[in-house]
Amino acid sequence: MLLQQLSSLSSPLSDQQVTSLQQATANMSAVELSWVSGYLAGLAQSSDQSAIVAAPVPSATLTVLYGSQTGNAKGVAKQVAEAATAQGINVSLVSMADYKTKALKDETHLLVIVSTHGEGEAPDDAEQLHQFLASKRAPKLAGLEFAVLGLGDTSYEFYCQTAIDFELRLSALGAKSILDRRDCDVDYDSDVLAWQGQIIELLNETLSQPVAATAVSAGVATTTSQYSKQNPLSATLLASNKITGRGANKDVRHIEISLEDSGLSYQPGDALGVWFDNDPILVNELIELVGLQAEQLVNVNDQEISLAQALIQHYELTQLHPGFVSTYGEATAQSNLVELGTDKAVMREYIANRQVIDVIRQNRGSLSSEQLLAALRKLTPRLYSIASSVSEVDEEVHLTVAVVEYDAFDKAHQGAASSYLSHRLAEGDTLRVFVEHNDNFRLPSADKSVIMIGPGTGIAPFRSFLQQRDNDDASGQNWLFFGNQHFTDDFLYQTELQDFQKRGVLNRIDLAFSRDQAHKVYVQDRIKEQGKDLYQWLEDGASLYICGDGNQMAKDVHQALVEAIELHGNKTNEQAQQYLTQLKTDKRYQKDVY
Amino acid sequence: MTDVKLAANEYIKADSNLLRGTIEEGLQNHITGALYDDDTQLSKFHGFYQQDDRDLRGERKAQKLEPLHSFMLRARVPGGVCTSQQWLDIDKIASSLTMNQSIRLTTRQTFQYHGILKRNLKPLIQALDLSSLDSIAACGDVNRNVMCNPNPVESSLHQETYEWSKQLSEQLLPRTNAYAEIWLDGEKVRGHEEEPMYGKTYLPRKFKIAVAVPPHNDVDVYTNCLGFIAISENGKLIGFNVTVGGGMGATHGDKSTYPRLADDLGFIKLADTIAVAREVITTQRDWGNRVDRKLARIKYTVQKHGIEKFRDEVAKRSGVTIEPPRTIKFTTRGDRFGWVKGTDNKWHLTLYIECGRIKDVPGKEVQTCFREIAKVHQGDFRMTSNQNMIVANVAEADKAAIEGIARKYGVLGERLTPLREHSIACVSLPTCALGMAEAERYFPEFTDKVDSLLTKHGISDQPIVMRMTGCPNGCARPYAAEIGLVGKGPGRYNLYLGAAFDGTRLSKMVRENINEAEIMDELDGRFERFALNRQTQENFGDFLVRTQEVKAVLSSARDFHD
Repeated sequence: MLLQQLSSLSSPLSDQQVTSLQQATANMSAVELSWVSGYLAGLAQSSDQSAIVAAPVPSATLTVLYGSQTGNAKGVAKQVAEAATAQGINVSLVSMADYKTKALKDETHLLVIVSTHGEGEAPDDAEQLHQFLASKRAPKLAGLEFAVLGLGDTSYEFYCQTAIDFELRLSALGAKSILDRRDCDVDYDSDVLAWQGQIIELLNETLSQPVAATAVSAGVATTTSQYSKQNPLSATLLASNKITGRGANKDVRHIEISLEDSGLSYQPGDALGVWFDNDPILVNELIELVGLQAEQLVNVNDQEISLAQALIQHYELTQLHPGFVSTYGEATAQSNLVELGTDKAVMREYIANRQVIDVIRQNRGSLSSEQLLAALRKLTPRLYSIASSVSEVDEEVHLTVAVVEYDAFDKAHQGAASSYLSHRLAEGDTLRVFVEHNDNFRLPSADKSVIMIGPGTGIAPFRSFLQQRDNDDASGQNWLFFGNQHFTDDFLYQTELQDFQKRGVLNRIDLAFSRDQAHKVYVQDRIKEQGKDLYQWLEDGASLYICGDGNQMAKDVHQALVEAIELHGNKTNEQAQQYLTQLKTDKRYQKDVY
Repeated sequence: MTDVKLAANEYIKADSNLLRGTIEEGLQNHITGALYDDDTQLSKFHGFYQQDDRDLRGERKAQKLEPLHSFMLRARVPGGVCTSQQWLDIDKIASSLTMNQSIRLTTRQTFQYHGILKRNLKPLIQALDLSSLDSIAACGDVNRNVMCNPNPVESSLHQETYEWSKQLSEQLLPRTNAYAEIWLDGEKVRGHEEEPMYGKTYLPRKFKIAVAVPPHNDVDVYTNCLGFIAISENGKLIGFNVTVGGGMGATHGDKSTYPRLADDLGFIKLADTIAVAREVITTQRDWGNRVDRKLARIKYTVQKHGIEKFRDEVAKRSGVTIEPPRTIKFTTRGDRFGWVKGTDNKWHLTLYIECGRIKDVPGKEVQTCFREIAKVHQGDFRMTSNQNMIVANVAEADKAAIEGIARKYGVLGERLTPLREHSIACVSLPTCALGMAEAERYFPEFTDKVDSLLTKHGISDQPIVMRMTGCPNGCARPYAAEIGLVGKGPGRYNLYLGAAFDGTRLSKMVRENINEAEIMDELDGRFERFALNRQTQENFGDFLVRTQEVKAVLSSARDFHD
């Protein structure tokens, strides 16, 4: 960076300091500048670091609270905290899970960054604070200024509901909202940047300090990797093997990706973000249907590229959102589509079983490339729970991916990322990946026992857990609940689990193969059957993990857990719920559901 | 004795608490479709083998799935007789509790199911029990299913011998309560339990009994460990010629092993039947080889001690006077296809079943056929030792209806060549763990090719006994066939020739490890010479021996391998 370009926005210095520095160095030669740089470096080394941290007259602190399930909200919170810190604001970045509620009444400036899941549910780590703010114990917050940023997905009914809840509850307690809540859809990057700019500008006036310091709390985990969502690693696909048998209804892949020499690493519980390309055949069909040309140039991220390339690499074509239906309807003058948007329930049902291409196939119309791109959402990478442990596989990362393939409206449909990984990529091809850390899904210490509930591809992180526990020679016991359709064809990683069992790593396994008998049996049924032992394990300090389908399975399993704890812990329903909430607070009940 | 290391199975049996082992625990281990290793030896005594689909082994390994384990269960059906209701039950079990959904008739007059998943074993055995069927001792080192000539033309004589075969089967069953406890939720035995005849280590090896009614040798009586040949006077059964020491199994490349035809023990009176059978078994129990399982069958025991010494021992143990054998004459080992009328005026329809496989294929809905027949049939069914089925005891009035069903589903009406009528094959790939080459899946096509050669030489009406097995254990009794094929490797077989048509002389290996083209080449020249030079009524095996194309096997211990 050249000094001439230095501004207070991109450095820890105030405007005044920047001006002084610029004046002092304006006429120096290269040799003189070099000498001065050495002088300043020496000064920096000999000075007392703690003096910098304890900046003079630290006025009010900005608390950035985040509630994150998959790590997105956490990543955003971290980014906002860093930007605020760069402005000389004293920032405390804290996960809602770690936040002491009694500190709330002393806060003066608060940013809430929270995601919403499933049917308007708060992420696990936000649950307790979310409930606390609605409870009678919540304090009056007349002196608090706050703003809320929500992350969500417009294809769900209760879009950004948790963010709305926080805003309402904080306002109800007397706190003052200083910036309108912003709700961000799955392609949230540009919205976040805009909101971040606005809020920091507002806060700058009251909170900015002349001397910036490394005041961000220890809550920010510094990642050593240079790779991120925006700057993914180009990794090599080593293998994509079907691991369901011939008779299986589902094609589930075990995928191995090389991270060799990248320095990219991960922990059990983390997810791998995968950027994917859309199916070129699908893209060509779409372009043809709307009367455009594949080669015509469009502007994406300030670059001129072909329309086909834009659709392959930059836009979401499988997951349908209401905005597309309405916008496409308007652009092609199809009032039936526009009207769908007037009834949310009708729209939800409409988009539930359709992809973008279905809307276009069933409602032919022409529009300009600009209109098309405006209607579509930007492509977002898919996150897959990592199925391996570095301690076992070294510089590789493994995934367990269910290939989404189904027929609808007499046409074959595919999931975008899963078909990319299983069909369009060949072994040896490169793909763009990054690690999404998930501190809400972590193994306990080696001496503690774990209960893992992971039907279907929910097995993935538990393969990682078992590999890790194996390599750690962990003394804690490991108990797995797994389920799928058929024993003979859908027992994912069967031989590996047999090996873990043989070697004493997997101490217990309970299996539920739903279609192997007349009545369907699921993991929650096994949990009820094994309720007594399970409760005893929990009493003895075991941690509980659920991974897999969040719509139905996680709820049914939760209900089964409540019932087991009621029955075997001799508790009321309320007490059993409370027991699980306490486990969550203690980070002993963690979920990775999707 | 204590210093000698016995065969591994001897310790498994000894430690099994009379065949219980840890089978029950294994059924509860849901992470695998297999039983514990040692229990897979014990399960045979309960009637089933653990197998896996060998076609899928490699593929499933890559899928991180264990081999597709399943079980083959063989029922105990003395003489191969079952009722219509039983057949309907057998058929329903196949459809509901097995992966293959088909039924396989065996060379020992029973049926077996393939592709039973572990979780379905208990329901399946319970369903058989409800139908008064069981699989006790259908496999294992015990007396197995007792065969008996099933074609009841000489009705009263047959009925008597059949009753004896049933009695033999019942009397020689193991007495352990293990089967009832494990499969039928029977009450557990407390305290000491005895296995009076077998003892806790049972026999050194499997044991097979057949009862023949001359002149029909369809049960291939001389290939059995113990044989009973019915002797009658004026149409009334008076006793049996007893034979001991037959058996088929051999090991490729091991000349200490060989197939063997039984020796004559002698004639016994009817009343002495069970006593003699018991003491043949106890003699084998005590004299048989328990160190080397390959040499453990009674044929080696008889060969080692000589038939005289063996006869003396049985006579001594049983207190029975064993007389010299009566003269008997066998004429054929084939089944009598089509309708035959018995002396009691009941009709019997023998239907050809390719390789004994009861399943529906387009144009030939064998499984549906027997289901429909069973729904209306007032008599019974009889499985033959040639893997065919007899619809037996049909009243004159019902004949047309039964025949109509058989024709409708394509099971009757096709012209069969005499070669096909006299041919059998074992199961082999993909389910049998021992199979080295195809048998059942390849045999029909192979038979067509041999038939074409016979046609080429104008001898297509010549009955020839031809049998194929995927391994040298010889379930389809290939060494006793005029053309015997024993699997050596994929697409490769050892060729055996020269056996007697009536089953009284074994074949000899003429070429080792040859492919189809080479087999056809070997047969082509011999068929040509047979067509030109055969004598009246001369059979193919006899011709080859007479013209010295093949050296006769007279005493297999000495001359089978030379």
